[in-house]
Amino acid sequence: MTTTEPVQDWATDYDIFDPGYVRNPYPVAEQLRGTCPIAHTERWGGSWMPTRYDDVVAIAHEYETFTSQQILVTPLPPQMQEGAYGGVAAPPITSDPPDHHWQRRLILPTFSPQSVAKYEPGTRELCHRLIDGFIATGRADAATDYAQQIPVRVIAAMLGVPLEMSDEFTSWVRGVLEVGLTDPVVRMESRNKIIGFFASEIADRQAHPRENDLITELLGAQFEGQPVPVTYVMGVCNLMLVAGIDTTWSSIGSALWHLAQHPDHRAQLSANTDLWPTAIEELLRAYSPVTMARIVAHDTEFQGCPMHTGDRVLMSFPLANRDPSVFENPDEVILDREHNRHVAFGAGIHRCAGSNLARLELRIALRTWMERIPEFELEEPSSVTWAGGQVRGPRVCTVRFPKG
Amino acid sequence: MRIRIDADRCQGHQMCAVVAPELFGSDDFGNATILIEGAVPPELEAKARRGAGTCPEQAVIIED
Repeated sequence: MTTTEPVQDWATDYDIFDPGYVRNPYPVAEQLRGTCPIAHTERWGGSWMPTRYDDVVAIAHEYETFTSQQILVTPLPPQMQEGAYGGVAAPPITSDPPDHHWQRRLILPTFSPQSVAKYEPGTRELCHRLIDGFIATGRADAATDYAQQIPVRVIAAMLGVPLEMSDEFTSWVRGVLEVGLTDPVVRMESRNKIIGFFASEIADRQAHPRENDLITELLGAQFEGQPVPVTYVMGVCNLMLVAGIDTTWSSIGSALWHLAQHPDHRAQLSANTDLWPTAIEELLRAYSPVTMARIVAHDTEFQGCPMHTGDRVLMSFPLANRDPSVFENPDEVILDREHNRHVAFGAGIHRCAGSNLARLELRIALRTWMERIPEFELEEPSSVTWAGGQVRGPRVCTVRFPKG
Repeated sequence: MRIRIDADRCQGHQMCAVVAPELFGSDDFGNATILIEGAVPPELEAKARRGAGTCPEQAVIIED
């Protein structure tokens, strides 16, 4: 199923893992929008890829046709559906209605703006501590020394699991969402480590319930008078770890990569801090990290494309958010963009449940960095590396700045 | 000008509250709420339009 052949025709044979596409997917999308706005490939198990905002949003809304049986951009290895953890998914993002509704409703209050506000002081303190670690040297990898270190600790704190395991959590999540997309063995192993870890955390909470503890609370939750299944709790923990780390870290990293190259934007943000709320939405739009997949439930024709039962459709939110028919000058970052209907967090019933937390982390991470390090630039632009496929963002992004 | 939220469309993106926190808030599930009674004060009308224009679900309804 793998191939590394260079792409000749992006409309019929695209490759989301093509190194050039991973670095900069936007020119390809722009060309496709004008010629073949829904591309197709047989690579990586085969998929369709709409490039227009309206098509991506329509697919997100038509959840009966475009189901969430699988949501990653490459096929689930068959052996992942077997064994002790075979029934564990990542609800509610992997669920379809009707179960989706109660599964989502149970976790939404945890992620409301009011609820996530309590993580703000700890996140700010964490950001300062990370900057303390490198500011005297005058250089840092904004991706690995900073961005990557933040969401994993916020999520670990939220879940009540050991912060000392942050590096392991990061490696497991990358095993699922990065390396594992093209390597089923790594995907299996990483997923089993995550589920195995939460199985033991859950057993611990069952034996010793804790106060003010999310896992304990999830285990005590009820649906229609019955306790929720333990596989649901395992799945929610799986989702929070997998969806809460790579994604937000990628957004923080992309935003810093952008600001490192735009002194005008740094100056505007320093001079006028009222710009931050719209600036954050604009950076989310311009550098959206996440692509999600859907599985076609029944043969259908979508915008003239014959889609068959079981086909995979990629919802590339990064490409949707650069559609010029919805966003004027889409490739330009406009910090106070007036109408920014971006779908960085998706759309419809599966809109990212953690978006308020992600937004908070992004705001604190960027503002704290800019307060401490208002002047910085890429050390060597060509040394920046990117990951793509499911989650797009810089993985090495070394910057230099006046020693502090 | 009056504003309301179409609850069938709102998915809790909270983008209205990001651009117009004087007008839009959040319920316990993160879905949008309207924070004012009656008509939108004239000085906040532009912000109300911005809240509507930024909603990916087009769930913010403006009634002039």
